[in-house]
Amino acid sequence: MLGLNKTDTKFLLIVIFLTLATPILLQPFAENSGLAQFNAGYPDLMQRFAIYGIFAIGFNLLFGLTGYLSFGHAAFLGVGSYSAVWMLKLLSMNVLPGILLAMVVSGLFALVIGFISLRRSGIYFSILTLAFAQMSFNLAYSVLTPLTNGETGLQLSLTDPRILDAANTSGSLPVTNLFGAAMSESYKLEFLNRVFTFNVGYYFCAILAIIAFYISLRIFRSPFGLMLRAVKSNQQRMNYTGLAARPYTLAAFVISGMYAGLAGGLLASMDPLAGAERMQWTASGEVVIMTILGGAGTLMGPVLGAGFIKYLENIFSKINEHVLHGWFSWLPDGLQDLVVWIAARFTGEGWHLTLGLMFMLVVIFLPGGLMEGGQRIGKLFRRGREDVPDDGTGNRPKPAPHVAE
Amino acid sequence: MGILEVNGVNKRFGGLQALNNVNLSVEENTVHAIIGPNGAGKSTLLNCLIGKLAPDTGSVTFDGKSVLGRKPHEINQMGISRVFQTPEIFGDLTVLENVIIPCFAKRDGSFRLHALESVEDEAGIGERAERMLADVNMLDKRDMHAASLSRGDKRRLEMAMCLVQEPRLLLLDEPTAGMARADTNNTIELLKEIKASRDITMAIIEHDMHVVFSLAERITVLAQGTPLVEDIPANIKGHPKVQEAYLGQAHS
Repeated sequence: MLGLNKTDTKFLLIVIFLTLATPILLQPFAENSGLAQFNAGYPDLMQRFAIYGIFAIGFNLLFGLTGYLSFGHAAFLGVGSYSAVWMLKLLSMNVLPGILLAMVVSGLFALVIGFISLRRSGIYFSILTLAFAQMSFNLAYSVLTPLTNGETGLQLSLTDPRILDAANTSGSLPVTNLFGAAMSESYKLEFLNRVFTFNVGYYFCAILAIIAFYISLRIFRSPFGLMLRAVKSNQQRMNYTGLAARPYTLAAFVISGMYAGLAGGLLASMDPLAGAERMQWTASGEVVIMTILGGAGTLMGPVLGAGFIKYLENIFSKINEHVLHGWFSWLPDGLQDLVVWIAARFTGEGWHLTLGLMFMLVVIFLPGGLMEGGQRIGKLFRRGREDVPDDGTGNRPKPAPHVAE
Repeated sequence: MGILEVNGVNKRFGGLQALNNVNLSVEENTVHAIIGPNGAGKSTLLNCLIGKLAPDTGSVTFDGKSVLGRKPHEINQMGISRVFQTPEIFGDLTVLENVIIPCFAKRDGSFRLHALESVEDEAGIGERAERMLADVNMLDKRDMHAASLSRGDKRRLEMAMCLVQEPRLLLLDEPTAGMARADTNNTIELLKEIKASRDITMAIIEHDMHVVFSLAERITVLAQGTPLVEDIPANIKGHPKVQEAYLGQAHS
């Protein structure tokens, strides 16, 4: 189906199911229970899961396949956001034009930056992309203020022309929509003492994320994807096999930049403002961490990594000392204060510390990321259950990586 | 006129004249060996043939077209494949994928954006790669990780990757360097089979006399950047100039 073999079709269907069922799956704890704060099924966070998932899938097409580590992908995210907000200001509150422009503009940006940066490889390539991203950040922050509105960030205003929309007489800012369906609109369903929120914005992002994932799957299985893995493996052999490595890497860079632009455009479509900080190097670093944490070069890894980080950022950071005192109230007073003090370093504001530790553990013990962790657990589980016959597999070479499951 | 013509090539590295007015002609469908003691300029000459180095003066033509100033991938697309001293393969990929890549390079040229097709659907390419693997007796290893192959198998795989492109000229840079005797003999057998089963020209840079005399139909002896003699193997063995080059002045 859809140009995929049986295994991949099944895989895609599972991904589609999980994506569409996210509002239910992420709401496992009953309302008013002590664990309700771990529920992640609210629209804002789910949108982020989908959007950063797209960002990481795109980044992985470059880094996971070719091994070129770009440290400037946030530039494309930011460019996408600015483009989308401009379309929302000038053309219409319908998000489609903005998203299309975001992809086109970020693609062009990627073409220019990639053309120059890909003349070098390894650390020099990373530094070049970082330099370009920081230049873009500074331009957006100061020089290009008429375009970007500097440090305030680009926002909607009542005086925007919006030539395709009917005149706005309500006196309040209009909301983003897709042919009339407002992105912020939600349908709430109460069931089993849980509130499930089905949000238009989330489903819009989710469908685009599924398409993005599908395209990435096709690229992984295509001759083009094979060539990109050849670039990572041995460029010398590639050249002497009659293949020009640079056009392949450039194409991967542009595609990956367009993914980032799409993610940026979606961020602006969900919440119509764009600030320069979206282009800062920390944002570039975040997508690198997402991809490596989840498993670079695997199909699902980057999405997993993105979800993981966004979950930590939004849920873990809400656990403050007050909540911790509630949890540890059964401890004697002195000990309670000590335990809470220690735990508080790793939660709330300190969630970065937890992330850092996790990242270290994954890089040291699971070089293949969370995906490798999952596969190892799966293997243990299977061995324990049906005692897989050992047909001399001990001597068999390990399968080539990237054969993502 | 040979398929590969080297005329008046000079290459100087600072004070060292690495190649001094080299003339060489490789006839089509022959195995031509280039031998010489260490530092004779063999590798420099090879690098000039495949676009890695540009000679200071002189010309190198393949099939009447100059190869100078062309990039390695363009030279490959002209029909020249190269086997390296240490096998250069795609270690992260499977054996079969290693052979599929050159098939695509041969069919689609140096770049094609086939991002939404599927490798699995390219039945013609897959079959061709499998046939090639069968030819070098490696079909049973098709799903192995190429980096985990033995040294001898890596060499076989690299040959398969070159041969599947049906090159008109195969350049071999010390194909048996660092190999055990058994592996060396296997490689010689493989090269003989290859030569017997198709029309192909081979140029071998080699150190090992055993290999050279088992395979070559013509031999050029290079010393201090200059070709000393070019002849059939039988005449090279006892040639006084060759002995002089290898054993030094005292022998003459």
